[in-house]
Amino acid sequence: MAYVPLADSDNVTEMHHPHSFVEKYVWSQDHKVIAIQYGGLAVFTGVVGLVLSLLFRLQLGFPETATFIDPSFYYQAVTMHGMIMVVYLLTALFLGGFGNYMIPLMCGARDMVFPFLNMLSVWVFLVSVIILMASFFVSGGPTGGGWTLYPPQTNLAGTPGHDMGIVLMLISLAVFIVAATMGGLNYVVTVLQYRCRGLTMMRLPLTVWGIFVATLLALFAFPALLVSAIMMLFDILLGTSFFMPAIIESGTPLDHNGGSPILFQHLFWFFGHPEVYIVALPAFGLVSDVLSVHARKNIFGYRMMVWAIIAIGGLSFIVWAHHMYVSGMHPYFGFFFATTTLIIAVPTALKVYNWILTLWEGDIRLNAPMYFAIGFIFTFIHGGITGLFLGNVVIDLPLSDSYFVVAHFHMVMGVSPVLVVFAAIYHWYPLVTGRMFNEGMAKLHFWCTFLGTYAIYLPMHYLGFLGVPRRYYALGTTDFIPASAQDLNTTITVAALFVGAAQLLFFINIIWSLRSGPKAEPNPWGAASLEWQTPDTPPIHGNWGASLPTVYRWAYDYSVPGADKDFISQDTPENSEPGKDS
Amino acid sequence: MSFFKSITTKPWERKGVIGGLEPEGAFESANEKVALSIFLVVASVVFSLFTVGYFLRMELPDWRPLSEPSQLWFNTGLLIASSLLFQWAKNITRKADGKNLKLAFFGGGVLAILFIAGQLMTWESLQNAGYFLTSNPANAFYYLMTGLHAAHLLGGLWVWSKSSIRLLSGEDAAELKLSVELCTLYWHFLLIVWFILFALLSNT
Repeated sequence: MAYVPLADSDNVTEMHHPHSFVEKYVWSQDHKVIAIQYGGLAVFTGVVGLVLSLLFRLQLGFPETATFIDPSFYYQAVTMHGMIMVVYLLTALFLGGFGNYMIPLMCGARDMVFPFLNMLSVWVFLVSVIILMASFFVSGGPTGGGWTLYPPQTNLAGTPGHDMGIVLMLISLAVFIVAATMGGLNYVVTVLQYRCRGLTMMRLPLTVWGIFVATLLALFAFPALLVSAIMMLFDILLGTSFFMPAIIESGTPLDHNGGSPILFQHLFWFFGHPEVYIVALPAFGLVSDVLSVHARKNIFGYRMMVWAIIAIGGLSFIVWAHHMYVSGMHPYFGFFFATTTLIIAVPTALKVYNWILTLWEGDIRLNAPMYFAIGFIFTFIHGGITGLFLGNVVIDLPLSDSYFVVAHFHMVMGVSPVLVVFAAIYHWYPLVTGRMFNEGMAKLHFWCTFLGTYAIYLPMHYLGFLGVPRRYYALGTTDFIPASAQDLNTTITVAALFVGAAQLLFFINIIWSLRSGPKAEPNPWGAASLEWQTPDTPPIHGNWGASLPTVYRWAYDYSVPGADKDFISQDTPENSEPGKDS
Repeated sequence: MSFFKSITTKPWERKGVIGGLEPEGAFESANEKVALSIFLVVASVVFSLFTVGYFLRMELPDWRPLSEPSQLWFNTGLLIASSLLFQWAKNITRKADGKNLKLAFFGGGVLAILFIAGQLMTWESLQNAGYFLTSNPANAFYYLMTGLHAAHLLGGLWVWSKSSIRLLSGEDAAELKLSVELCTLYWHFLLIVWFILFALLSNT
């Protein structure tokens, strides 16, 4: 089929062109600038979360050495660390950061469908972060009720931040959900409606698939958090009893009566479990692309990978109660959720096999992004398998609320996605900045982070088996926890401080390389997907010059037999491939 | 191509341009309509979860159902009329002359404002009758769910007021076609939600 490209085949409506510095970098409607704003803000909150974790680790590793960490501050640090990392760092970074940057470029579009709404999304996200951070400065400090915010404990005197802290947390979450919904509508509609000519859904890179399905999960799961936040705010501020049971606080009976704390748990986890996959699916997508590019091989089982993403997305809505086995549920109810939990492991395992088979006999280039991507496979298998343990009711009951759980979810949704974040930042750094980072420093960063996090979380599994409970300020003395558990805790803290400090390597590298890194070639890794084929590197406003690209193939034509180069970009016409006649 | 067919194609086998000379979206509707449709699903999830919460909370022993004010029937009539006027406005934008568009579009919005005022009056009469927010979870759910529905309607009225200004500034029916269509879709959605909420509140 012969095809003459149409110079004006651009159906994109008139673009908003910036005229001043402020319009270009502050009130920007360019998806790339918004991506950097979203990502930067998310990473900033992430650093706050990291510092908080180091502080409470100090208390656990060296009890009573850091005198400023009293029990209240400890609980506040644990709570804020959890919420910040899950929602404000990972969700915002994957959807707002990577989603914004990658979707229009990988779809061959000039921008998002609704650029103004997109801009609004990032500013509303900023408001939610400001409200969240404000809770550190109000009387009583931030909430210390644990990141799950379970009532009635969170709202009662005795829990730090039970007055202003929890209110600000709930308002901040509600505002965040507004921001995520505005952004999410944009991402979904852009993927559905703004793909360039020839780019069918099944030609999209897995990055887009992962972010697309994760965004749908966010759109349909965040309402549960919104609903629980609204009802809890009513309970706290207006004195209703949606969740608050009849209860006595410091000897005084409260006005609440008959509320159901379990109802809150159901609503929270109906959001909370899809949230795990809101974080995981974009990571799955990004890591698939990084592995494929650096192994110079097409992703193994592309269709299976897409179906697995969709299946995981669907199943993630019917596993939530596995977080609540100890809440006293009907055994059949637990049986149902244990079954669905084990079923969701099937498409997840399928993806792991496919990543490994993508590496099989590949022409592997051990670049820094590839280090992180392969590291992810290790940590994800590790965290995934402990998930199978915990998914079974009988194994979960004794391990529930122990350090085994902490180790499990940090491996599977802490370390693993963060390794992908680093893989993706290093991989796309040349595209975003037009510069190369320092490869040696990035690899040093990998080894410190990878080995360091194992030093943190592997011993935690043992602590869990010993019966060390999570969330405790100090262990005290018990019959079943040996004194040597404290030595393990000290080791973990030393490793955590080391890993925390090692992140400076990352920040120094990317900031230093921004100015002084060698200039990057337009497509340094030889990637086939569309985002690397822009006329300018980094891509300028509007992305594509005079006309939009046309796509002739999928995103994974690597090492095609008989081809001139070891990759054929998506916008290469089919008749330029030897041996093929159109 | 159907969704099932498209996700079963083997992208590595087929090269070349798929589709026509122009980029194709998954849906033929305007992007705004696709976005609104997805938003309506999101809003449905919000209302559904409140309904689930309502049913679960209702099971507990302290639940005392309130007697809904009969004024709700009148308010429901207002909302139905509002929706009908929007539908009329939408039909007018499809015709060439655009006659009566202002009447239909403004009338629809004004009736919606009256509906919200009517809902506030039910709140007041309930308060006077001693059905306070905190005295029973059934009351709390009543205020919460009617309030949430009204808040959605207020959001719609904000968009309606923007379109109204455009209509007043002399834009013709063809240019406003999409805005009117989206308002109508949103109003119908909120009418259906209100039917469900009304049935739920009055039967439990």
